[in-house]
Amino acid sequence: MVVTAQNIDKKLHRILEGVSDPEIPVLSIMDMGVVRSAKVNNDNVHVKITPTYSGCPAMDVIGDDITKALKEAGYTTTIELVLTPAWTTDWITTKGRQALEDYGIAPPLDAVTDKEALLGNKQVVKCTNCGSVETRLVSQFGSTACKALFKCENCQEPFDYFKCLK
Amino acid sequence: MKVDLYNYILGIADNSLILGQRLGELCGHGPNLETDIACTNISLDLLGQVRSYYQYAAKIKNDNSTEDDIAFLRKERDYVNVLLVEQPNTDFAYVIVRQFLFDTFYYEFLNELQKSHDVTLAAIAHKSIKEVSYHQRFSSDWIKRLGDGTSESHQKVQAAVNDLFMYTDELFHQTDADIAMIADGIGVDTGLLKANYYSKITKILEEATLQVPEHKYFHKGGKQGIHTEHLGYLLADMQYMQRTYPNMEW
Repeated sequence: MVVTAQNIDKKLHRILEGVSDPEIPVLSIMDMGVVRSAKVNNDNVHVKITPTYSGCPAMDVIGDDITKALKEAGYTTTIELVLTPAWTTDWITTKGRQALEDYGIAPPLDAVTDKEALLGNKQVVKCTNCGSVETRLVSQFGSTACKALFKCENCQEPFDYFKCLK
Repeated sequence: MKVDLYNYILGIADNSLILGQRLGELCGHGPNLETDIACTNISLDLLGQVRSYYQYAAKIKNDNSTEDDIAFLRKERDYVNVLLVEQPNTDFAYVIVRQFLFDTFYYEFLNELQKSHDVTLAAIAHKSIKEVSYHQRFSSDWIKRLGDGTSESHQKVQAAVNDLFMYTDELFHQTDADIAMIADGIGVDTGLLKANYYSKITKILEEATLQVPEHKYFHKGGKQGIHTEHLGYLLADMQYMQRTYPNMEW
């Protein structure tokens, strides 16, 4: 699939960087890759966002937060939800992946390794607490649609894993 | 209004809505925390997909209807979901078997719908299939765990398979809207998916040491709005708020 690049006006970058994911506050929506385009036309900004998961309740909040942040900068906003191309975890930036790990959520692996991890075939997900890969899948579904629940056999701590979506 | 397209969209969306509602009933009532969360996560994915379908349907209807009107304000006979998805949460085995029989179909269906000439439907399919692949992994994994588990779990999951298998054939029935949309290159020709569906189901059931029932009689009617007695109760629960407080918003 061809992934269309983000198309965001330079002067909006800093403002949008300041809007964080309501479920994972350490992650900006820019690092998450949900903002696909943002274009200024006079004083109105047309922002296209794409949902991570179809039922993600955070999308409405993200739309409101963008509108609020842009209003503070003197813009009015039109939010458009786009479904295609569909969001993939590949769009999370390197900075975003690091932020996830620091926050205690193991960042997504590539599609093949992810499948092995979620089928419990291989111990590949690294514990965010102690770094051990001696981890065990507790549940393919976690506290939000995008996460699976793991437990570390080494330090015994439970932690979230951000599932690969491709 | 494009009547066939509208009816076609409801034919897809109603399955997800009703199954989503059934799974939602398990919120706080799952057999353990992990499966409780899993079932409600799957429910959330399905309801999220439903919003995309109903928003599109509302646009086609073009009479100021909203997605909520379509979801909450129709009568029982106007819902065109298959009978399988309205079957009750009798026990965890029934929940898993119903999910497995549906996921396996829906995954194949979405795979084809991605090629639809209707760009909106293709986009929804493209988005949804990623989520449904997780659902399918979850339900087939549990089929194997229960089937190849204890004698108790084996017996319970076999009973559920025996009971629910007779609702599978309806997944492949084609309504007038289906036929019209297939002819236009918009709809999926489900007839072409049938052989592959049953061979996939058989393979996993056998892996789970379960018997594949040899049914000669299959139930149908949901796609024509003729439902089992279970749907009315589900709708009464689901529609209560909108019926009691018309036009309420959260």
